[in-house]
Amino acid sequence: MKEVRIHGRGGQGGVTSAELVAIAAIEEGRYAQAFPSFGPERRGAPVQAFIRVSDNPIRTREKVYHPDIVVVLDSSLPALVNVAEGIKDDGIIILNSANSESQIREEFGLKTKLALVDANTIAREVLGLPITNTTMLGALLKATGIVGIEAVEEALEKRFGKLAPKNKDAMKRAYEETVIYEAS
Amino acid sequence: MAKRIGIEVSIALAEAVKLCNVDVIAAYPITPQTHIVEHLSELVADGSLDAEFVPVESEHSAMSCCCGSSAAGARTFTATSAQGLSLMSEILYIASPMRLPIVMVVANRAMSAPISIWNDHQDIMVQKDVGWIQTFAENGQEAVDLLIHAFRVAEDRKVSLPAIVNIDGFTLSHVIEPIEIPDQEDVDKFLPPFKPKYRLDPRKPITMGPVGIPEIYFESKIATNEALKASKKVILKAWKEFEEIFGRKYEPIDAYRTEDAEVLLVTMGSISETAMTAVDVMRDKGQKVGLLKIRLWRPFPIQEFRKAVGKTPILAVVDRHLSLGGVCSPVASELKTLYYKVPSAPKIFDFITGLGGRDVTVEHFEEIVDKAKSFAKRRPKDYYHYIGGREK
Repeated sequence: MKEVRIHGRGGQGGVTSAELVAIAAIEEGRYAQAFPSFGPERRGAPVQAFIRVSDNPIRTREKVYHPDIVVVLDSSLPALVNVAEGIKDDGIIILNSANSESQIREEFGLKTKLALVDANTIAREVLGLPITNTTMLGALLKATGIVGIEAVEEALEKRFGKLAPKNKDAMKRAYEETVIYEAS
Repeated sequence: MAKRIGIEVSIALAEAVKLCNVDVIAAYPITPQTHIVEHLSELVADGSLDAEFVPVESEHSAMSCCCGSSAAGARTFTATSAQGLSLMSEILYIASPMRLPIVMVVANRAMSAPISIWNDHQDIMVQKDVGWIQTFAENGQEAVDLLIHAFRVAEDRKVSLPAIVNIDGFTLSHVIEPIEIPDQEDVDKFLPPFKPKYRLDPRKPITMGPVGIPEIYFESKIATNEALKASKKVILKAWKEFEEIFGRKYEPIDAYRTEDAEVLLVTMGSISETAMTAVDVMRDKGQKVGLLKIRLWRPFPIQEFRKAVGKTPILAVVDRHLSLGGVCSPVASELKTLYYKVPSAPKIFDFITGLGGRDVTVEHFEEIVDKAKSFAKRRPKDYYHYIGGREK
């Protein structure tokens, strides 16, 4: 079983991206859960969403304490919250950032495997908006292969309808541009 | 062939209500409400569900409206949570002796204050004696299945009682997970149209819900109680037929790895899944631990529970409710009563956990089992024990 924690800000679509991954995994015939961090919904405040994906039925309702994968949608968040909290030793943190690996490791003290992509630029150019949830899905898929890209595309189509093509393009571009760095 | 999809449990429940072809939905549309009612209002608005959706001004009105529509012979549904259920309480007591087969989903949540929107069973436990059939769902699939089953049982002329399906607020209601949405054809096979024996009809006037003077009130209560107790037979039969049509088996009490167990955990609702994992962990460590999940809470399945316990010496009961100022909490209280002075009765210990959305983990279940074992050797001074809560 893989456990994912998504960090975003209220309104950035972190919950939606968690849902899309879970729906895609279930569509592939596997088992999944997606749930938000239940709290007063505040636009702009740091929020979290969680995903579990497994080949077997998932028998737990615990929160995710030790994620295998952390996705950070907003480049300003690592300075505010400990995005590495509880992550497994062999876990990976997937960051939206235009900065270099060494800058990020130094600034935030991150030692785990990293995946970096400048999702703000991609989202602005492709979607015309700095909303990075679907863009960061591309980075998640590239870095972890947690679910197949076709299944996520299908989930995107169902969810976004007319807006799906642009979101798919943003996701695919992020998939191409994401760079993975081994643990330091 | 029904397809397994990833869907939010609340949305799946709304789809199941649609499959049951309800006539009336009356609900308070604001907090504490869930997506169940929100999605139903969409289904009615876009014409895919031919029903009256009545967005009332309070839960008191919601249940009052439900009573009226059910009395008129309409298949009726509502949903609520927490303080909303409390506001309905007055009318919950009216629906059952009037034998109105309303079906309600309660997304169980804590009672404010302090203000909470998170999960526990405090809302429903104070409504345990209202005369409604009550079940607790462990996951989204079970929630959908119990809902369809609830209409079938409630409307059976041998039963004619309202029914509540309890699902854990947020922990189930807001989670996306795999659920097989049944086919309409199968639901139609399982759930016949609602044909009440008596209904309000201006062409054939009858009186429903008149004054119960002291000469008749007592008998009326006894009759409701007898009907509720007797509903178990119909509940069991309907679950059997459900299994034949849908292939999923349900029983009043689910036993998990209870063979040769020294301690049985007793749980209700979605923490049962975490409890199964905890049992696996403890069994791997060589501990003789099993789990009983109470699915049918009202009427309480006395014989089935006793049979499931067998000769197990220790029961560790997990209550999600705190009975303020009481001896212990409702589930443990009930079970202690059940075994009072029964020869070779198990020792029963009450553990209060997961109030107001506090997470319930595998480690908590391990702690509960350890404590229950030590209490069995040396009787504790307290009648109940907090798990996972800071006492100072």
